[in-house]
Amino acid sequence: MTLEDFIALLPLLVTALSSLVVLLLAAFHRDHALVAVVTSLGLTVAFLTLLVAAGVAPRPVTPLLIMDSYALFYAGLILVASLAVTILSYGYLEKQEGQREEFYALLLFATLGAMTLAAASHFASFFLGLELLSVSLYVLIAYIRTDGRPLEAGIKYLILSGTSSAFLLFGMALIYFQSGTMEFARTAALLAGSVEFPSTFLVGLVMIMTGVGFKLAVVPFHMWAPDVYQGAPAPVTAFVATVSKGAMVALLLRYFVEIAAFRSEMLWWAMAGIATLSMFAGNLLALLQSNIKRLLAYSSIAHLGYLLVAFLAAGPLAVEAVTFYLTAYFITTLGAFGVVSVLSKPGDEAEAIDDYRSLFWTRPWVAGVFTVMLLSLAGIPLTAGFVGKFYVIAAGVDSSLWVLIVLLVVNSVIGLFYYLRVIVIMAADGRRDVRPGETTQALQVSYADGLVLAALSGCLFWLGLYPAPLIRLIQTMQKGLIGT
Amino acid sequence: MILVWLIVLLLVAGLVAWLLDRHGSQWPRWIALGALAIDLILALILWAEREAHLSISNQGVWLADLSAPWIPRFGITFHLALDGLSLLLVLLTIFLGITAVVASWTEIRERTGFFYFNLLWVLAGVLGVFLAMDLFLFFVFWEVMLVPMYFLISVWGHEHRVYAAVKFFLFTQAGSLLMLIAMLGLTFIHAQQTGVVTFDYQQLLGTTMDQTVALWLMLGFFAAFAVKLPAVPFHAWLPDAHTEAPTGGSVILAGLLLKTGAYGLIRFAVPLFPAAAQAFAPVAMALGVVGILYGALLAFAQTDLKRLVAYSSVSHLGFVLLGIFSWNAIALEGAVMQMLAHGITTGALFILVGALQERLGTRDMRRMGGLWAILPRFGAITLVFAIASLGLPGSGNFIGEFLVLLGSYRVNVLMTLFAALGLVAAVIYSLALIQRTFHGSANESWTAPDLSTRYLVTLSAMIAVQVWLGLYPQPVLDAAGQTLQNLRGFGEVIAVVSKG
Repeated sequence: MTLEDFIALLPLLVTALSSLVVLLLAAFHRDHALVAVVTSLGLTVAFLTLLVAAGVAPRPVTPLLIMDSYALFYAGLILVASLAVTILSYGYLEKQEGQREEFYALLLFATLGAMTLAAASHFASFFLGLELLSVSLYVLIAYIRTDGRPLEAGIKYLILSGTSSAFLLFGMALIYFQSGTMEFARTAALLAGSVEFPSTFLVGLVMIMTGVGFKLAVVPFHMWAPDVYQGAPAPVTAFVATVSKGAMVALLLRYFVEIAAFRSEMLWWAMAGIATLSMFAGNLLALLQSNIKRLLAYSSIAHLGYLLVAFLAAGPLAVEAVTFYLTAYFITTLGAFGVVSVLSKPGDEAEAIDDYRSLFWTRPWVAGVFTVMLLSLAGIPLTAGFVGKFYVIAAGVDSSLWVLIVLLVVNSVIGLFYYLRVIVIMAADGRRDVRPGETTQALQVSYADGLVLAALSGCLFWLGLYPAPLIRLIQTMQKGLIGT
Repeated sequence: MILVWLIVLLLVAGLVAWLLDRHGSQWPRWIALGALAIDLILALILWAEREAHLSISNQGVWLADLSAPWIPRFGITFHLALDGLSLLLVLLTIFLGITAVVASWTEIRERTGFFYFNLLWVLAGVLGVFLAMDLFLFFVFWEVMLVPMYFLISVWGHEHRVYAAVKFFLFTQAGSLLMLIAMLGLTFIHAQQTGVVTFDYQQLLGTTMDQTVALWLMLGFFAAFAVKLPAVPFHAWLPDAHTEAPTGGSVILAGLLLKTGAYGLIRFAVPLFPAAAQAFAPVAMALGVVGILYGALLAFAQTDLKRLVAYSSVSHLGFVLLGIFSWNAIALEGAVMQMLAHGITTGALFILVGALQERLGTRDMRRMGGLWAILPRFGAITLVFAIASLGLPGSGNFIGEFLVLLGSYRVNVLMTLFAALGLVAAVIYSLALIQRTFHGSANESWTAPDLSTRYLVTLSAMIAVQVWLGLYPQPVLDAAGQTLQNLRGFGEVIAVVSKG
């Protein structure tokens, strides 16, 4: 490895280093605030090194990783999301007694895993990144040990995730058996001549899709999502919903573009089926929920369905649409769970829909942020979510996916129902009953949390009103992907 | 720039009104009124300055025009422009906006800041809709109207407000999304032919395409506009939304939001797909006629005063639909006249009903009767607007309906015949309104103050406009005439080309 390789890897290296520093700090000098600051600094520096790394990109670093503009873009997204989660976690864990420092180390490990996924160009790094991410998540989900439910959620995630990893490994093995290589690019080169995929390869690919589908929580691999979303501490839920899924989408997109997966009609139809089922199951089940975290869980299943519609629209517009939609989804989901997180404390999550009754009149700013986040999820203009949905529909129309687009529209309307329901409840009259033992002091939104929510709302409107800069960035990034 | 100011002023004033709420609820009211007053002056200046241009043939040249790049990736521009038709509707918007603010003056006592924020943002959205000449921008404004309106109904509305608000939102949103797909379809077809991706209205005009495709795309636009209009059978949201909304909301809904649907049909649905619209015209006209009769019938059957006015809107807007799809000069001028006149009349009726409800605490006509003795001013003014609404000569509504019928007669005699029955039906339900509420013996002993000066001034202004529209409609017809001729002429050229 040359110096330039290390420069290209800087974002990952800095993240890894920060996690070690955090671990050592936890061992020698326990201080919650200090650890949170170090973590934030680490993530910020890692983000800044993206600019340095961009100077030497695109560049394969060992056969395992490729640091191109695509990887850097997604790494940036992941780092910013992790930073937001870190700050929200600080506010959340402050309300908790006990040892909280390891939490941040795990968060950094998970971030590292996610970034590895975004840069993976080889099945080994794919699996490595995935496991780094997953194993950290098992613990993060179950971190609040005073409560039974996080533990249950953690175990549920552990078992199902383990099973899906097994599928993934089997799939990789089959592909290796067929092509004799685990490098994405070389598999693609070997397949370049064939019109259809060899059957062994296809079976392998389907198995990989099973594993990936689990991480993305798309139907029919979605069973874990509501329980884990509900059980996990709110900031961790935000992390699972964004970083973990986003990294997987990044990998899937890169791999599918590289091997031109949709030349196989069977795969296309399978994916179309998954998209349709996810949209309908997600939205219809969300209608029935009276628990905000479960509602958002089902809604995120539906959103991954929308995302897959863009994915299915072949052509350059697809990569752009997926990336833009994902960015909007990141902002919105972080914002929504951020609100939940701000209102929650360990062991007492603000998850019942009644916790939000007349929030508009008791805490107008928090309710305002939640409202715009929900409107963005619903795809109403002036928000990033609208431009994202516009992009997806544009990609679909461009590829003449009329049926899928109409299904998407039908689902958008169903989705409106439950987003509006939450908004209505927030705007409803009647004071929220203050539960015994609950003091206003404990519910004070800290400056840091407020800043995160404000920044996310700002991004939401910025992307909704003037998306041109981000679109340009994505276009540059996307050219790199097609080029490799 | 003046076009941007019209909109931005309202947006900013809305935010300021919300923020200043904590310093007393008088602030938001005055800020809203002030902002709208400035807007009115700006719009009148626009009219005075450009009046000379209205009459001369200025095909393709706007009275005011502004364009800036916005999202270059999709060729989306921030393009606002104004012609005669837009000008009239902008004036109507600001005028009704002022009356809505005044009507809400005492009715809204809680969360006034947020109320006026929503009110001003709806109005800004409506202005945007009438001014946007980029399809994407049009869609954005189209949606901007929606969310604040939803809040107006769901927070300050009456008993079943949440149900009504959600129903309103879902109906309109479903229509909007179909329109969005149609817009994208049109853009991509245009791009395939010319290699230019654009959402600009004028560039998209004249895109030639397969007849079947054109019909589908036209239907996408029609879905959104028919829901807003509302055309039977897409009207189901309207009675609920109108009944439950606070007075200011009802005024804006009936006076303005319904007009955006009609405007969309005139500006977009027909000119963009002339041949398809022509093929579809009999169906649309039939829907219009059904709406006229069905709305009138149901209006007569109501016991709730607000619902009566709401259903009468379905009936009146049926004339607009009929006029638009007759697509000749007279019928179109009639449709525009009907849009303006209906905005004023129905707005006024909703203000009166709202004021009545504020005093009596009910909208149930069975509990009223004999109110004229207690509330003579109410009675007289309501009578004026009820008569205007039924289309008595001398009112703008008469001009509108008469011109529509005259125009549609040339296209389809049978439908015109049935539509004319609507005029008779209007007499029945309008007079029934007066009879059941103000005449006869009092069912309960109400005591309530009569209309205050504030209301009298507002309503007198509305009467004045109404009478002006009825007695001297020429300036209005002139203002709209050139625009309509341009749109129509364009449609005809295309129809010929695509047939050839």
